[in-house]
Amino acid sequence: MTACHDDGSTLVGHRGLAQIALIGSPNAGKTTLFNALTGLRSKTANYPGITVTRREATVEVDGGLVRLVDLPGTYSLDPISPDEAVVADALHGRIEGIDPPDAIVMVADATTLERSLFLVAEVLRLDRPTCVVLTMIDELAARGGGLDLDLLSLALGIPVVGVVGHRGVGLDAVRHLLAGPDRWTRPLMAPPEGTLERSGWIESVLARATGDEHLHLRADTRTRRIDAVLLHPVAGSLVFVGVMLALFQSIFTLATPAVDWIDGRVADLGGRVSTWLPNTVGELLADGVVAGVGGVLVFLPQIVILLGLLAVLEKVGYLARAAFLADRVMGRFGLEGRSFVALLSSFACAIPGIMAARTIPNDRRRLATMMAAPLMTCTARLPVYTLLVSAFVADRGVLGPIRSQGLVMFGLYLLGAVSGLLYAGVLSWSTRSDASSPVLLEMPPYRWPTSRSIALQVWDGVWSFVRKAGTVILLTTIVLWGLLRFPSTDAPPSYDEARAASHQMEHSIAGRIGRGMEPMFAPMGFDWRANVAIIGSLAAREVFVSTLAITTAGDEATLGDRLRDLRDDDGDPVFDGPTVAALLVFFVYALQCTSTVAVLRRETNSWRWPAIAVGSMLALAYVAALIAHALVAVLA
Amino acid sequence: MKLHEAPTGTTVVVESVADGPTGHRLGALGFVPGTTIQVGRRAPLGDPTVYRVRGADLAIRRGTAALVEVRFAVDEVAS
Repeated sequence: MTACHDDGSTLVGHRGLAQIALIGSPNAGKTTLFNALTGLRSKTANYPGITVTRREATVEVDGGLVRLVDLPGTYSLDPISPDEAVVADALHGRIEGIDPPDAIVMVADATTLERSLFLVAEVLRLDRPTCVVLTMIDELAARGGGLDLDLLSLALGIPVVGVVGHRGVGLDAVRHLLAGPDRWTRPLMAPPEGTLERSGWIESVLARATGDEHLHLRADTRTRRIDAVLLHPVAGSLVFVGVMLALFQSIFTLATPAVDWIDGRVADLGGRVSTWLPNTVGELLADGVVAGVGGVLVFLPQIVILLGLLAVLEKVGYLARAAFLADRVMGRFGLEGRSFVALLSSFACAIPGIMAARTIPNDRRRLATMMAAPLMTCTARLPVYTLLVSAFVADRGVLGPIRSQGLVMFGLYLLGAVSGLLYAGVLSWSTRSDASSPVLLEMPPYRWPTSRSIALQVWDGVWSFVRKAGTVILLTTIVLWGLLRFPSTDAPPSYDEARAASHQMEHSIAGRIGRGMEPMFAPMGFDWRANVAIIGSLAAREVFVSTLAITTAGDEATLGDRLRDLRDDDGDPVFDGPTVAALLVFFVYALQCTSTVAVLRRETNSWRWPAIAVGSMLALAYVAALIAHALVAVLA
Repeated sequence: MKLHEAPTGTTVVVESVADGPTGHRLGALGFVPGTTIQVGRRAPLGDPTVYRVRGADLAIRRGTAALVEVRFAVDEVAS
């Protein structure tokens, strides 16, 4: 407990730099401070063995470099969720291969200081060099909070700095502090254990720093006024529905021009490549690489818009309110308010959705959330839906601005969401209940987010999508192209070019596999081309579109036109109403995404749950496709 | 009375918090005997409820709130 047992040598972690960890409760402004200190130089990496990502960066401070690590938000070092467990394990040095931090920066929101001091008390008991960075000191002042930071520092026995993270106020003082953790003052005595004793300690600290045992802040009138509407039983529910509708509507309307532009460029590039290289290599580049990866990148605008809007809603503080409003309904399906937020992100991609479930303390609710996530309509399904709906659903007005194609799309989204909730409900009903962990949702004050913090969050998501397009999808497309191209077979000389190409593919390795699968998928009307495309889509859904593009290549018409014109040996259309309906419904349920399987495996730490998810969702897909085929055949 | 029984808009004082992991976490969030709590809005279907504790707004479900024994704050009784 003395300040002198720590000589400078313990501050040298691996690679010779002192490692300083940022910890704090959720919404304390920890990540904003981290970004402000590190700029864009941070790297995200996984802790060995667990998926919780940690962001770290080397930061230049007065007279040297330190390694800054951003840990997940936590309310206590006595963890109740996987996210919180990481913080406790990292601070105690219980994660293999990772040294415990040499020093700790405790980030606390000044307006909730009284609550944050409980965590400060726990951290101080670790007996490591610690300092406190108080964020939102401008809000504290605006709400009449009198707080003398020097007195607070004296009362706690450790350095205290106030900052306004997003405006850069106080950052120099933080940098100065980070330069020498070994010079930080240490408390003479650790804070007491036990909540009641801690509460007394907090009162004495506040009494010395402010002259009163409690922080008396004026109510945050802006937040109060907004909540009066947004949390109102009627008005709040209406706004909630409106926000959700606007969110999904904007994915389509705002993205369309950008999507068309990229689509044009991709087609352009493919055409040029095949003109320049009129041989097998050119074919591979044009039909395999450009068409395959390009067909996926086309959906980037939609992903950017969805991720951007979600980031704004989260940072403004609305997602916490949405979780509050949805909690009761989610509870009926064995889920909770946070599950709603996780499932909402799953509409962009199931992977961030599954990872967001980490903040859910209750094991059963967390598992149900993760297992329902793949059934939410992710952006990878969009290429498939868009292709089939725009090619096969007649575009006509239904009611006012509502048109038939949009209605079908909405129906597919709804089918996925409702099925996901029911799936979660059945799952939590059939698994044994664990000791009920609490649902705790903090409603942060409404705050304007900085464009920078939103850009960073969107970039994280976009980058992982582009990486997926560049690896899994590229590889699968190339392999499928090869399987469709070889062995070469000579078509009868009477065939025209398109028919000859089709004949060649039908007798290729993939074509034979597709034909072999026909008995299984014949009840739904899928021919060998659809079968090959479905096999390809097991790696990533988007591959379905690129495979169909390869198998129907030939003339200049768009892919949709080519699919419509496709005829079987008897001259009947290959893709008729019932078949398209079956395909669409198949994609609503099937878990065709290697990345999702991998993340489920890591997050549940077993193959059991990913195996159950893949198996049950494929079975659901098959049965639902059969039903859809039969239904549409009867109706048509 | 239990915290979930406290009417919205009232101010109450914590008397005791049940033992166990959940009670322990509530303690770390500032639910400590003697702490004043303002009872805020309830969600549309009556659950969960927002409570203002030590400067933060926290929403918890009925079952969790039932772990906290409270009494009305003195000025509440007087009015």
